[in-house]
Amino acid sequence: MVTASPAPLLQVEHVTMRFGGLTAVNDLSFEAHKGQITALIGPNGAGKTTVFNCITGFYKPTEGMITLTQESGDNFLLERMPDFRISWKAKVARTFQNIRLFGGMTVLENLLVAQHNPLMIASGFTFLGVLGIGGYRAREKEAIEKARFWLEKINLIHRADDPAADLPYGDQRRLEIARAMCTDPVLLCLDEPAAGLNPRESHDLNTLLLSIRKDLGTALLLIEHDMSVVMEISDHVVVLDYGTKIADGTPAEVQADQKVIAAYLGVDDEEVEAVEAEVGIT
Amino acid sequence: MEVFLQQLINGLTLGSIYGLIAIGYTMVFGIIGMVNFSHGDVFMLSAFIALIFFMLIASFFGAAMIVLALIFVLVLAMFFTALWGWTIERLAYRPLRGSFRLAPLISAIGMSIFLMNFVQLVQGPRNKSTPPMLNKSITLIESATYSVQISYKQIVIIVTTAVLLAAFWYLVQKTPLGRAQRACEQDRKMAALLGVDVDRTISITFIMGAALAAVAGVMYLVLYGVVSFHDGFVPGVKAFTAAVLGGIGSLPGAVLGGLLIGLIEVMWSGYFSIDYKDVAAFCILAIVLVFMPSGILGRPEVEKV
Amino acid sequence: MTAPASTPAARERDLKAALKEAAFAALITFGLCIPIIAWGTRQNMDNVLVLDPRWDAVAWAVAIVFVGRFLVALRQQTKDKRKPMVRLLPHGTVGFFQRHSRLFSLFGLGFLVTFPIIAINLAGWSGALKWIDNFGVQILIYVMLGWGLNIVVGLAGLLDLGYVAFYAVGAYSYALLAKNFGLSFWILLPLSGILAAFWGMLLGFPVLRLRGDYLAIVTLAFGEIIRLVLINWVDFSGGYAGISGIPRPTFFGTPFNASDTGFAAKFGFEFSPLHRTIFLYYVILALALITAFVTLRLRRLPVGRAWEALREDEIACRSLGINTTNTKLTAFSIGAMFGGFAGSFFAARQGFISPESFVFMESATILAIVVLGGMGSLWGCAIAAIVMVGGTELLRELDWLKQVFGNEFDPTKYRMLLFGFAMVVIMIWKPRGLISTREPTAYLKEKKAISADMVQEGHG
Repeated sequence: MVTASPAPLLQVEHVTMRFGGLTAVNDLSFEAHKGQITALIGPNGAGKTTVFNCITGFYKPTEGMITLTQESGDNFLLERMPDFRISWKAKVARTFQNIRLFGGMTVLENLLVAQHNPLMIASGFTFLGVLGIGGYRAREKEAIEKARFWLEKINLIHRADDPAADLPYGDQRRLEIARAMCTDPVLLCLDEPAAGLNPRESHDLNTLLLSIRKDLGTALLLIEHDMSVVMEISDHVVVLDYGTKIADGTPAEVQADQKVIAAYLGVDDEEVEAVEAEVGIT
Repeated sequence: MEVFLQQLINGLTLGSIYGLIAIGYTMVFGIIGMVNFSHGDVFMLSAFIALIFFMLIASFFGAAMIVLALIFVLVLAMFFTALWGWTIERLAYRPLRGSFRLAPLISAIGMSIFLMNFVQLVQGPRNKSTPPMLNKSITLIESATYSVQISYKQIVIIVTTAVLLAAFWYLVQKTPLGRAQRACEQDRKMAALLGVDVDRTISITFIMGAALAAVAGVMYLVLYGVVSFHDGFVPGVKAFTAAVLGGIGSLPGAVLGGLLIGLIEVMWSGYFSIDYKDVAAFCILAIVLVFMPSGILGRPEVEKV
Repeated sequence: MTAPASTPAARERDLKAALKEAAFAALITFGLCIPIIAWGTRQNMDNVLVLDPRWDAVAWAVAIVFVGRFLVALRQQTKDKRKPMVRLLPHGTVGFFQRHSRLFSLFGLGFLVTFPIIAINLAGWSGALKWIDNFGVQILIYVMLGWGLNIVVGLAGLLDLGYVAFYAVGAYSYALLAKNFGLSFWILLPLSGILAAFWGMLLGFPVLRLRGDYLAIVTLAFGEIIRLVLINWVDFSGGYAGISGIPRPTFFGTPFNASDTGFAAKFGFEFSPLHRTIFLYYVILALALITAFVTLRLRRLPVGRAWEALREDEIACRSLGINTTNTKLTAFSIGAMFGGFAGSFFAARQGFISPESFVFMESATILAIVVLGGMGSLWGCAIAAIVMVGGTELLRELDWLKQVFGNEFDPTKYRMLLFGFAMVVIMIWKPRGLISTREPTAYLKEKKAISADMVQEGHG
């Protein structure tokens, strides 16, 4: 068992998601804790992204409950909230498997859009802003400073005024993370952040994620195929196969789990040992 | 009941015309994802072409063999309208293939304005009417107060539409051409990689759309006996509405949508008020789209996150 | 390869190819001309339709296309070896224009403010009316409408084909309230804008969750519904006949007439109908500038950035806590509000309105101005409005062509024909519009224009 704090930050309880006849997620329960990195792994089509979409409100789960408890003690039932309120009120941010940046806007603008809601209040819901009354200008400067902080953190300060679509792939991945962080989340959900990165970029990503956890105390929930990332940085691993949880524990525990090996190698339980011997895993 | 039957016949007649035009919209949308705004004006142009050929043939043969003349007119109008369809695609849309989504739309609106004013310029702004033809009708039900009639015109229109639609359906479903077309609809790049001549397929789509619009043009002329240069817009918008209602991209949907729009329009005029028939058609369109955004037979759009 | 074009054999081959191209184009033209140009239809004295053969016109058309295509083909053959691009403007013009946009804005503003004076000096008091009214006021109305629609289409990426509906709401609000309640122009101007915005919200609410072309067709349908209701609800709107005798705007209470209390008498001028026109010119200029100013402000506010983000990627917006429905609704209703302002100005200027002024063609024209100008660009919109509206107005001035082509020739007949043709040509020449780069709304070190290839066009 992982070091359990009294109330978990995110509690997924008996979540089931059906699309017509297909059950993408079946009675899934797990927890994510404050200050921890939780990894959600599983073979392709295991339902990982569906779980993310349920947590961030893009899908409504067919059954089950997803609770987010903030440090202040406020509870949010995520399955009942529309997607934009989850980001705004419950403070859950996410990135996407196929990067979704605002390609025609500059890197800086991308980070400013992420601070939409506080800036919206500062601009008096546009009314005062149009008339030029109120402290919007000052607040916008602060927002730019915050963007600068993140750009320095992800080493993109020199590209701040270039369109996001112009950045190389690895930079776009990091920018998407920075953009999500600009919403001040308590939980950051990353959908395959290391996909398509070379080993060096992958290493930089690990450093970035560890520093987000350490410096800001943001909890991370990540879907990842790159086992080097998962094993290196995560505190807690949940394994899905065909929508069902098959293992839950520390990276070491999961690594040794027979069911997990079977799921990844695609063989029946009885044959696992034979296959293991063949490929040289002990 | 009698009134209802009569309106049903009228509605089906009008609906066949809308359906024929709607196919042109739906095919082009299916294959290149573009709203071909000039299609309504191609329909209007075809009615003019039919009018001219009809008069030419009538002046040579006299009005005796009306059915034969109509077949001639139909074939000629389909051919020459198809030529227009091909040219328009070649000049105004092909250079914009693969560009910004709104560019072909604006180009199409420009083409629509151009065609409308071109016809006005070369044929004059006045209504053009044909000598009356096929005026007899068959009385189906005779009651004391009301008699349900179906005119020869209506029979010609419904039968021609049905026959041509069947032929067209065969063309799209059973021939290599139709297969190429459906492949381009699914994935144009992949179709090209597999050796489908995409440009040619798209050209043929426009040719078929224009030819069917020409059928509608001839039928329109037969039904109303009058045409003017601005007659393309309203039927065009309604046919587009029909295509959307039936589920844009779906051929049976277009025909079904056309029939529905025709019926709604005629029923509304028959039972409520003739003034608001178009309002009714548009309101139903809006309501259907809000509650059933992919139309009746369209594939629902799945939001992929 | 030794320069093949210089050898006689190659030249001959080129000619042959060009001739072939030209012959093909001529053949197609002949086919296109056969029914529709070769015979004109005409009602004779007995009101029976007769055909007039016009083979001379067909021959002309075929000949022109043949020669034209031949020349183009030859030009293309030599051009293939050089640069493939057609440039109407010298290289770097647009860049220069954008670098000095502030300078040009000031210059343009100066020109607009002094335009009536320039017109009076150049054309005299009687001649200036046409220039200020047909060109100045007319173009500025379209500039303003273009800027209003630009918020919806250019910034938020929502394709609205029924924008003219809000123009109509503004115009009828002014006409009805001014006639029935005698309210003044200055009260009704904001009121019509608010009413139009309200209608924008009302119509927008159910439809804004639709995407792409569905939104386009529903907005088109709404535009048509409003027009049809105006035609058919005779008690309310006067039907086809429209509303006439709409009170004209006054100079803050002083009417523009020849009476003793009129504007001319009060300020010691000699009465001239031009006073009102000049006044209207400045009113629409101010309205247009307000639109531009508000748009520029909004772009720098969170709501404006959210619009552009929405155009780029709606799902990402939702993941960042942006309420996309509200954001779309604000774009829709603010755009509608400016349409309403322009509508009430239009009613006040004309003194007469009818549903004829609010047909789909108007929506298409305004949309064309936005897209031709380059989506999101205020300068682009203004230039497109000047080219499209001013250009077609200019055709009315080409009476001297009658001396060339004979008295039968009427250039105004070709007005809309050329308008449509120009739309097609400009789109093919510049599919992203005249000014296609995007200006960022905030920057750390330097403001770099963003190339159109990066910018999304929106899905709604």
